[in-house]
Amino acid sequence: MDELTAALADDLDRAFPVLVETAGPGLYWGLRRLCGDHQEAEDLTQETFIRAYRGLDGFDRERFDNLRLSPWLWTIALNLGRNHLRNRSRRPTFVEMSDHGISDPEPADSAAWDARLSALSAPQKRAVVLRHVVGLGITEIAEATGRPEGTVKADIHRGLERLRRMMENES
Amino acid sequence: MSIERDLTQLAGELPDGISEGVALGTGLADGFDLYPSPVGEVVVTFNVEGVSSLDLATDGYLERFAERHGRNLLRAEPPAQWGKHITEAMEAGSPGKLPVDLRSKTPFQARVLRIAASIPRGEVRPYGWLAREAERPGAARAVGSTMARNPIPLIIPCHRVVRSDGHLGEYSLGGPHNKWELLTHEGVEPARLVELADHHVRVQADPSTGVYCLPTCHVIRGSGEWNVADFTSTAAARSAGFRPCEVCRPG
Repeated sequence: MDELTAALADDLDRAFPVLVETAGPGLYWGLRRLCGDHQEAEDLTQETFIRAYRGLDGFDRERFDNLRLSPWLWTIALNLGRNHLRNRSRRPTFVEMSDHGISDPEPADSAAWDARLSALSAPQKRAVVLRHVVGLGITEIAEATGRPEGTVKADIHRGLERLRRMMENES
Repeated sequence: MSIERDLTQLAGELPDGISEGVALGTGLADGFDLYPSPVGEVVVTFNVEGVSSLDLATDGYLERFAERHGRNLLRAEPPAQWGKHITEAMEAGSPGKLPVDLRSKTPFQARVLRIAASIPRGEVRPYGWLAREAERPGAARAVGSTMARNPIPLIIPCHRVVRSDGHLGEYSLGGPHNKWELLTHEGVEPARLVELADHHVRVQADPSTGVYCLPTCHVIRGSGEWNVADFTSTAAARSAGFRPCEVCRPG
Protein backbone atom coordinates (compact mmCIF):
# COMPACT_ATOMS: atom_id res chain seq x y z
CA MET A 1 0.00 0.00 0.00
CA ASP A 2 1.41 3.41 -0.90
CA GLU A 3 1.58 6.24 1.60
CA LEU A 4 -1.59 8.02 0.45
CA THR A 5 -3.69 4.83 0.36
CA ALA A 6 -2.48 4.03 3.89
CA ALA A 7 -3.43 7.54 5.02
CA LEU A 8 -6.89 7.15 3.45
CA ALA A 9 -7.37 3.81 5.19
CA ASP A 10 -6.26 5.36 8.47
CA ASP A 11 -8.29 8.60 8.45
CA LEU A 12 -10.38 9.11 5.33
CA ASP A 13 -11.67 12.61 6.14
CA ARG A 14 -8.19 13.88 6.90
CA ALA A 15 -6.44 12.32 3.91
CA PHE A 16 -9.13 12.80 1.28
CA PRO A 17 -8.27 16.46 0.49
CA VAL A 18 -4.69 15.25 -0.20
CA LEU A 19 -6.06 12.75 -2.73
CA VAL A 20 -8.01 15.54 -4.44
CA GLU A 21 -4.90 17.70 -4.53
CA THR A 22 -2.64 14.99 -5.97
CA ALA A 23 -5.01 13.10 -8.30
CA GLY A 24 -7.22 16.09 -9.17
CA PRO A 25 -5.09 17.78 -11.87
CA GLY A 26 -4.56 14.53 -13.85
CA LEU A 27 -8.21 13.59 -13.53
CA TYR A 28 -9.50 17.01 -14.57
CA TRP A 29 -7.12 17.47 -17.52
CA GLY A 30 -7.58 13.92 -18.75
CA LEU A 31 -11.35 14.39 -18.66
CA ARG A 32 -11.01 17.82 -20.20
CA ARG A 33 -9.19 16.31 -23.20
CA LEU A 34 -11.65 13.44 -23.42
CA CYS A 35 -14.85 15.53 -23.28
CA GLY A 36 -13.46 18.82 -24.62
CA ASP A 37 -15.42 21.05 -22.23
CA HIS A 38 -14.42 22.82 -19.01
CA GLN A 39 -17.80 22.67 -17.29
CA GLU A 40 -18.34 19.01 -18.08
CA ALA A 41 -14.80 18.07 -17.04
CA GLU A 42 -15.28 19.98 -13.78
CA ASP A 43 -18.57 18.22 -13.04
CA LEU A 44 -17.12 14.83 -13.89
CA THR A 45 -14.05 15.43 -11.73
CA GLN A 46 -16.15 16.46 -8.75
CA GLU A 47 -18.59 13.60 -9.18
CA THR A 48 -15.73 11.09 -9.51
CA PHE A 49 -14.23 12.25 -6.21
CA ILE A 50 -17.60 12.28 -4.47
CA ARG A 51 -18.28 8.68 -5.57
CA ALA A 52 -14.74 7.75 -4.62
CA TYR A 53 -15.23 9.21 -1.14
CA ARG A 54 -18.43 7.24 -0.61
CA GLY A 55 -16.74 4.11 -1.92
CA LEU A 56 -13.69 4.47 0.29
CA ASP A 57 -15.92 5.16 3.29
CA GLY A 58 -17.19 1.58 3.02
CA PHE A 59 -13.83 -0.11 2.32
CA ASP A 60 -12.42 -2.64 4.76
CA ARG A 61 -8.70 -3.18 5.27
CA GLU A 62 -8.51 -5.86 2.61
CA ARG A 63 -10.02 -3.63 -0.08
CA PHE A 64 -7.56 -0.88 0.83
CA ASP A 65 -4.73 -3.44 0.57
CA ASN A 66 -5.74 -4.29 -2.99
CA LEU A 67 -6.56 -0.73 -4.03
CA ARG A 68 -4.63 0.97 -6.81
CA LEU A 69 -5.84 4.54 -6.58
CA SER A 70 -5.26 5.95 -10.08
CA PRO A 71 -6.82 3.13 -12.11
CA TRP A 72 -9.69 2.89 -9.61
CA LEU A 73 -10.45 6.63 -9.88
CA TRP A 74 -10.33 6.39 -13.67
CA THR A 75 -12.69 3.42 -13.68
CA ILE A 76 -15.20 5.61 -11.83
CA ALA A 77 -14.54 8.61 -14.10
CA LEU A 78 -14.88 6.66 -17.34
CA ASN A 79 -18.09 5.04 -16.14
CA LEU A 80 -19.53 8.43 -15.20
CA GLY A 81 -18.52 9.82 -18.59
CA ARG A 82 -20.68 7.16 -20.21
CA ASN A 83 -23.76 8.11 -18.18
CA HIS A 84 -25.41 11.40 -17.52
CA LEU A 85 -24.80 13.21 -14.27
CA ARG A 86 -27.79 13.09 -12.00
CA ASN A 87 -26.98 14.19 -8.49
CA ARG A 88 -26.04 17.81 -8.94
CA SER A 89 -29.30 19.30 -7.71
CA ARG A 90 -28.85 17.51 -4.38
CA ARG A 91 -25.58 19.23 -3.53
CA PRO A 92 -24.54 22.72 -2.49
CA THR A 93 -22.58 24.42 -5.28
CA PHE A 94 -19.48 26.42 -4.49
CA VAL A 95 -19.66 30.17 -5.13
CA GLU A 96 -16.36 31.72 -6.24
CA MET A 97 -15.56 34.64 -3.91
CA SER A 98 -12.78 36.15 -6.06
CA ASP A 99 -13.70 38.40 -8.98
CA HIS A 100 -11.83 36.71 -11.81
CA GLY A 101 -14.74 34.35 -12.47
CA ILE A 102 -14.26 30.78 -13.65
CA SER A 103 -10.60 30.01 -13.77
CA ASP A 104 -9.68 28.17 -16.95
CA PRO A 105 -5.92 27.86 -17.29
CA GLU A 106 -6.14 26.20 -20.69
CA PRO A 107 -2.83 25.71 -22.56
CA ALA A 108 -2.57 27.91 -25.65
CA ASP A 109 -2.57 25.36 -28.48
CA SER A 110 -5.04 22.98 -26.88
CA ALA A 111 -7.84 23.66 -29.40
CA ALA A 112 -5.63 22.32 -32.21
CA TRP A 113 -4.79 19.26 -30.11
CA ASP A 114 -8.43 18.65 -29.23
CA ALA A 115 -9.24 18.71 -32.95
CA ARG A 116 -6.52 16.15 -33.71
CA LEU A 117 -7.47 13.94 -30.75
CA SER A 118 -11.11 13.94 -31.80
CA ALA A 119 -10.08 12.34 -35.11
CA LEU A 120 -8.89 9.22 -33.24
CA SER A 121 -11.15 6.28 -32.46
CA ALA A 122 -12.62 6.44 -28.92
CA PRO A 123 -10.36 3.67 -27.49
CA GLN A 124 -7.26 5.21 -29.13
CA LYS A 125 -8.06 8.68 -27.84
CA ARG A 126 -8.71 7.34 -24.34
CA ALA A 127 -5.50 5.31 -24.31
CA VAL A 128 -3.35 8.17 -25.67
CA VAL A 129 -4.82 10.72 -23.23
CA LEU A 130 -4.48 8.42 -20.22
CA ARG A 131 -0.90 7.50 -21.19
CA HIS A 132 0.53 10.85 -22.23
CA VAL A 133 -1.69 13.64 -20.83
CA VAL A 134 -2.49 11.97 -17.49
CA GLY A 135 0.69 9.90 -17.29
CA LEU A 136 -0.76 6.49 -16.34
CA GLY A 137 1.22 3.30 -17.03
CA ILE A 138 0.05 0.61 -19.47
CA THR A 139 -1.05 -1.71 -16.64
CA GLU A 140 -3.02 1.09 -14.99
CA ILE A 141 -4.76 1.98 -18.24
CA ALA A 142 -5.63 -1.66 -18.85
CA GLU A 143 -7.12 -1.82 -15.35
CA ALA A 144 -9.04 1.45 -15.71
CA THR A 145 -10.48 0.67 -19.13
CA GLY A 146 -10.94 -3.08 -18.67
CA ARG A 147 -8.98 -3.83 -21.85
CA PRO A 148 -5.98 -6.17 -22.23
CA GLU A 149 -2.53 -4.57 -21.97
CA GLY A 150 -1.63 -5.63 -25.52
CA THR A 151 -4.71 -3.85 -26.87
CA VAL A 152 -3.92 -0.73 -24.86
CA LYS A 153 -0.36 -0.69 -26.20
CA ALA A 154 -1.62 -1.08 -29.76
CA ASP A 155 -4.20 1.70 -29.24
CA ILE A 156 -1.52 4.08 -27.98
CA HIS A 157 0.87 3.14 -30.76
CA ARG A 158 -1.71 3.55 -33.53
CA GLY A 159 -3.10 6.73 -31.96
CA LEU A 160 0.32 8.37 -31.84
CA GLU A 161 1.04 7.29 -35.41
CA ARG A 162 -2.17 8.88 -36.56
CA LEU A 163 -1.41 12.13 -34.69
CA ARG A 164 2.08 12.21 -36.22
CA ARG A 165 0.66 11.84 -39.73
CA MET A 166 -1.91 14.58 -39.07
CA MET A 167 0.84 16.97 -37.93
CA GLU A 168 2.96 16.19 -40.97
CA ASN A 169 0.01 16.98 -43.22
CA GLU A 170 -0.62 20.24 -41.36
CA SER A 171 2.91 21.57 -42.03
CA MET B 1 9.42 18.46 -30.39
CA SER B 2 7.94 15.05 -29.77
CA ILE B 3 4.23 14.44 -29.82
CA GLU B 4 4.50 12.75 -26.42
CA ARG B 5 5.99 15.87 -24.87
CA ASP B 6 3.34 18.12 -26.47
CA LEU B 7 0.63 15.89 -25.03
CA THR B 8 2.14 16.10 -21.53
CA GLN B 9 1.75 19.87 -21.73
CA LEU B 10 -1.99 19.59 -22.30
CA ALA B 11 -2.42 19.11 -18.55
CA GLY B 12 -1.97 21.76 -15.89
CA GLU B 13 -3.13 22.86 -12.47
CA LEU B 14 -6.49 21.93 -11.00
CA PRO B 15 -8.87 24.84 -11.80
CA ASP B 16 -10.21 26.84 -8.85
CA GLY B 17 -13.43 25.65 -7.31
CA ILE B 18 -13.14 21.90 -7.97
CA SER B 19 -11.66 20.89 -4.63
CA GLU B 20 -14.26 23.11 -2.92
CA GLY B 21 -17.01 21.40 -4.94
CA VAL B 22 -15.69 18.03 -3.83
CA ALA B 23 -15.54 19.14 -0.19
CA LEU B 24 -19.20 20.24 -0.40
CA GLY B 25 -20.31 17.12 -2.27
CA THR B 26 -18.64 14.70 0.12
CA GLY B 27 -19.82 16.58 3.20
CA LEU B 28 -16.25 17.37 4.32
CA ALA B 29 -17.35 21.02 4.29
CA ASP B 30 -20.75 22.70 4.58
CA GLY B 31 -21.91 25.53 2.34
CA PHE B 32 -23.18 28.83 3.71
CA ASP B 33 -25.18 31.77 2.47
CA LEU B 34 -26.58 34.94 4.06
CA TYR B 35 -30.29 35.70 4.48
CA PRO B 36 -32.31 38.56 5.94
CA SER B 37 -34.45 37.76 9.01
CA PRO B 38 -36.63 39.65 11.53
CA VAL B 39 -33.63 39.71 13.91
CA GLY B 40 -31.09 40.88 11.33
CA GLU B 41 -28.88 39.16 8.78
CA VAL B 42 -28.30 35.46 9.46
CA VAL B 43 -25.91 32.88 8.05
CA VAL B 44 -27.51 29.59 7.04
CA THR B 45 -25.30 26.53 6.53
CA PHE B 46 -26.23 23.43 4.58
CA ASN B 47 -24.94 20.14 3.21
CA VAL B 48 -26.28 17.15 1.27
CA GLU B 49 -28.42 16.14 4.29
CA GLY B 50 -30.14 19.49 4.70
CA VAL B 51 -29.77 22.75 6.61
CA SER B 52 -27.24 22.24 9.38
CA SER B 53 -27.18 25.54 11.27
CA LEU B 54 -28.38 29.12 11.48
CA ASP B 55 -26.54 31.88 13.31
CA LEU B 56 -26.47 35.66 13.43
CA ALA B 57 -24.11 36.92 10.73
CA THR B 58 -21.83 38.59 13.26
CA ASP B 59 -18.03 38.45 13.38
CA GLY B 60 -16.55 35.02 13.81
CA TYR B 61 -19.46 32.88 12.65
CA LEU B 62 -17.18 30.87 10.34
CA GLU B 63 -14.90 30.07 13.25
CA ARG B 64 -17.84 29.33 15.56
CA PHE B 65 -19.20 26.83 13.04
CA ALA B 66 -15.83 25.08 12.56
CA GLU B 67 -15.45 24.82 16.33
CA ARG B 68 -18.95 23.42 16.91
CA HIS B 69 -19.19 21.08 13.95
CA GLY B 70 -15.58 20.18 13.10
CA ARG B 71 -16.13 21.10 9.45
CA ASN B 72 -15.25 24.15 7.41
CA LEU B 73 -17.67 26.46 5.66
CA LEU B 74 -17.53 27.48 2.01
CA ARG B 75 -19.61 30.17 0.37
CA ALA B 76 -22.14 28.24 -1.71
CA GLU B 77 -25.59 28.05 -3.16
CA PRO B 78 -27.85 25.55 -1.40
CA PRO B 79 -28.84 22.39 -3.31
CA ALA B 80 -31.27 23.35 -6.07
CA GLN B 81 -33.66 20.60 -4.98
CA TRP B 82 -34.67 22.33 -1.73
CA GLY B 83 -32.73 25.62 -1.53
CA LYS B 84 -35.83 27.67 -2.32
CA HIS B 85 -37.52 26.40 0.85
CA ILE B 86 -34.97 28.11 3.16
CA THR B 87 -36.62 31.53 2.97
CA GLU B 88 -40.09 29.98 3.32
CA ALA B 89 -39.00 27.98 6.35
CA MET B 90 -37.50 31.05 8.03
CA GLU B 91 -40.64 33.07 7.41
CA ALA B 92 -42.94 30.26 8.61
CA GLY B 93 -40.75 29.37 11.57
CA SER B 94 -41.01 25.73 10.60
CA PRO B 95 -38.92 23.44 8.37
CA GLY B 96 -41.89 22.42 6.19
CA LYS B 97 -40.33 20.82 3.09
CA LEU B 98 -36.83 21.82 4.13
CA PRO B 99 -34.63 18.87 5.23
CA VAL B 100 -32.68 19.53 8.43
CA ASP B 101 -29.40 17.91 9.41
CA LEU B 102 -29.57 16.94 13.09
CA ARG B 103 -26.81 14.29 12.94
CA SER B 104 -24.79 16.11 15.58
CA LYS B 105 -27.62 15.61 18.10
CA THR B 106 -28.49 12.59 20.25
CA PRO B 107 -31.69 10.75 19.25
CA PHE B 108 -33.49 12.34 22.22
CA GLN B 109 -32.30 15.85 21.31
CA ALA B 110 -33.27 15.34 17.68
CA ARG B 111 -36.71 14.11 18.73
CA VAL B 112 -37.22 17.14 20.98
CA LEU B 113 -36.11 19.50 18.20
CA ARG B 114 -38.52 17.88 15.74
CA ILE B 115 -41.37 18.21 18.25
CA ALA B 116 -40.43 21.88 18.80
CA ALA B 117 -40.60 22.30 15.02
CA SER B 118 -44.27 21.26 15.17
CA ILE B 119 -45.36 24.09 17.51
CA PRO B 120 -47.74 26.25 15.46
CA ARG B 121 -46.79 29.81 14.53
CA GLY B 122 -48.20 32.29 17.01
CA GLU B 123 -48.26 29.80 19.91
CA VAL B 124 -45.84 28.88 22.67
CA ARG B 125 -45.25 25.71 24.71
CA PRO B 126 -43.46 25.24 28.03
CA TYR B 127 -40.34 23.05 28.39
CA GLY B 128 -42.37 20.55 30.42
CA TRP B 129 -44.80 20.15 27.52
CA LEU B 130 -41.93 19.24 25.16
CA ALA B 131 -40.55 16.75 27.69
CA ARG B 132 -43.97 15.13 27.96
CA GLU B 133 -44.46 15.00 24.18
CA ALA B 134 -41.00 13.39 23.89
CA GLU B 135 -42.19 10.76 26.42
CA ARG B 136 -39.62 11.86 28.99
CA PRO B 137 -41.85 13.90 31.35
CA GLY B 138 -39.05 14.38 33.88
CA ALA B 139 -36.60 15.75 31.34
CA ALA B 140 -37.63 19.43 31.28
CA ARG B 141 -34.05 20.50 32.07
CA ALA B 142 -32.61 18.39 29.23
CA VAL B 143 -35.23 19.96 26.98
CA GLY B 144 -34.09 23.40 28.12
CA SER B 145 -30.46 22.73 27.27
CA THR B 146 -31.48 21.16 23.95
CA MET B 147 -33.32 24.38 23.09
CA ALA B 148 -30.33 26.46 24.20
CA ARG B 149 -28.18 24.47 21.73
CA ASN B 150 -30.73 24.36 18.91
CA PRO B 151 -28.45 24.46 15.84
CA ILE B 152 -31.18 25.90 13.57
CA PRO B 153 -33.12 28.60 15.46
CA LEU B 154 -35.86 30.48 13.54
CA ILE B 155 -36.42 27.39 11.35
CA ILE B 156 -36.73 25.07 14.35
CA PRO B 157 -38.75 27.60 16.36
CA CYS B 158 -37.24 27.33 19.85
CA HIS B 159 -38.45 30.91 20.34
CA ARG B 160 -41.88 29.27 20.83
CA VAL B 161 -40.63 27.30 23.83
CA VAL B 162 -40.99 29.10 27.16
CA ARG B 163 -40.23 28.39 30.80
CA SER B 164 -42.61 26.08 32.61
CA ASP B 165 -43.79 29.00 34.79
CA GLY B 166 -44.89 30.79 31.62
CA HIS B 167 -42.11 33.38 31.51
CA LEU B 168 -40.34 33.72 28.17
CA GLY B 169 -36.92 32.55 29.36
CA GLU B 170 -33.61 32.69 27.54
CA TYR B 171 -32.99 32.75 23.81
CA SER B 172 -29.82 31.56 22.09
CA LEU B 173 -30.04 33.70 18.94
CA GLY B 174 -28.82 37.03 20.24
CA GLY B 175 -30.67 37.06 23.59
CA PRO B 176 -34.20 37.24 25.07
CA HIS B 177 -35.08 40.53 23.31
CA ASN B 178 -34.99 38.64 20.01
CA LYS B 179 -37.42 36.05 21.41
CA TRP B 180 -39.78 38.91 22.30
CA GLU B 181 -39.28 40.39 18.83
CA LEU B 182 -39.96 37.10 17.00
CA LEU B 183 -43.06 36.27 19.04
CA THR B 184 -44.42 39.77 18.44
CA HIS B 185 -43.64 39.33 14.71
CA GLU B 186 -45.88 36.27 14.60
CA GLY B 187 -48.75 37.79 16.55
CA VAL B 188 -48.13 36.56 20.09
CA GLU B 189 -48.36 39.34 22.65
CA PRO B 190 -45.34 38.65 24.88
CA ALA B 191 -46.53 41.24 27.44
CA ARG B 192 -49.76 39.25 27.88
CA LEU B 193 -47.78 36.04 28.44
CA VAL B 194 -45.65 37.74 31.08
CA GLU B 195 -48.77 39.05 32.80
CA LEU B 196 -50.34 35.57 32.87
CA ALA B 197 -47.06 34.13 34.18
CA ASP B 198 -46.96 36.80 36.90
CA HIS B 199 -50.45 35.69 37.95
CA HIS B 200 -49.32 32.03 37.86
CA VAL B 201 -51.87 31.21 35.18
CA ARG B 202 -50.85 27.96 33.46
CA VAL B 203 -54.01 26.99 31.62
CA GLN B 204 -57.25 28.65 30.57
CA ALA B 205 -60.62 26.96 30.19
CA ASP B 206 -63.74 27.72 28.19
CA PRO B 207 -66.95 26.93 30.20
CA SER B 208 -68.98 26.68 26.98
CA THR B 209 -66.86 23.79 25.63
CA GLY B 210 -65.59 22.32 28.91
CA VAL B 211 -62.05 22.29 27.53
CA TYR B 212 -58.88 23.77 29.05
CA CYS B 213 -55.86 24.85 26.97
CA LEU B 214 -52.42 26.37 27.16
CA PRO B 215 -52.98 30.17 26.97
CA THR B 216 -51.72 30.61 23.38
CA CYS B 217 -53.57 27.61 21.90
CA HIS B 218 -55.70 28.80 18.97
CA VAL B 219 -58.65 26.80 20.39
CA ILE B 220 -58.91 28.93 23.56
CA ARG B 221 -57.86 32.10 21.71
CA GLY B 222 -61.00 31.62 19.61
CA SER B 223 -63.14 31.77 22.76
CA GLY B 224 -62.62 35.46 23.50
CA GLU B 225 -60.77 36.78 26.51
CA TRP B 226 -63.85 37.48 28.71
CA ASN B 227 -65.23 33.97 28.41
CA VAL B 228 -62.27 32.06 29.79
CA ALA B 229 -61.46 30.88 33.30
CA ASP B 230 -57.84 31.02 34.49
CA PHE B 231 -56.24 28.14 36.40
CA THR B 232 -52.89 27.94 38.13
CA SER B 233 -52.51 24.21 37.36
CA THR B 234 -53.92 21.52 35.12
CA ALA B 235 -55.06 19.67 38.27
CA ALA B 236 -57.15 22.68 39.29
CA ALA B 237 -58.74 22.85 35.84
CA ARG B 238 -59.53 19.13 35.91
CA SER B 239 -61.06 19.25 39.39
CA ALA B 240 -63.25 22.12 38.20
CA GLY B 241 -64.64 19.65 35.66
CA PHE B 242 -62.67 20.65 32.56
CA ARG B 243 -60.94 18.23 30.18
CA PRO B 244 -57.63 18.82 28.36
CA CYS B 245 -57.66 20.20 24.83
CA GLU B 246 -56.75 17.59 22.22
CA VAL B 247 -54.97 20.17 20.07
CA CYS B 248 -52.48 21.70 22.52
CA ARG B 249 -52.42 18.70 24.90
CA PRO B 250 -51.79 20.81 28.04
CA GLY B 251 -51.24 17.70 30.20
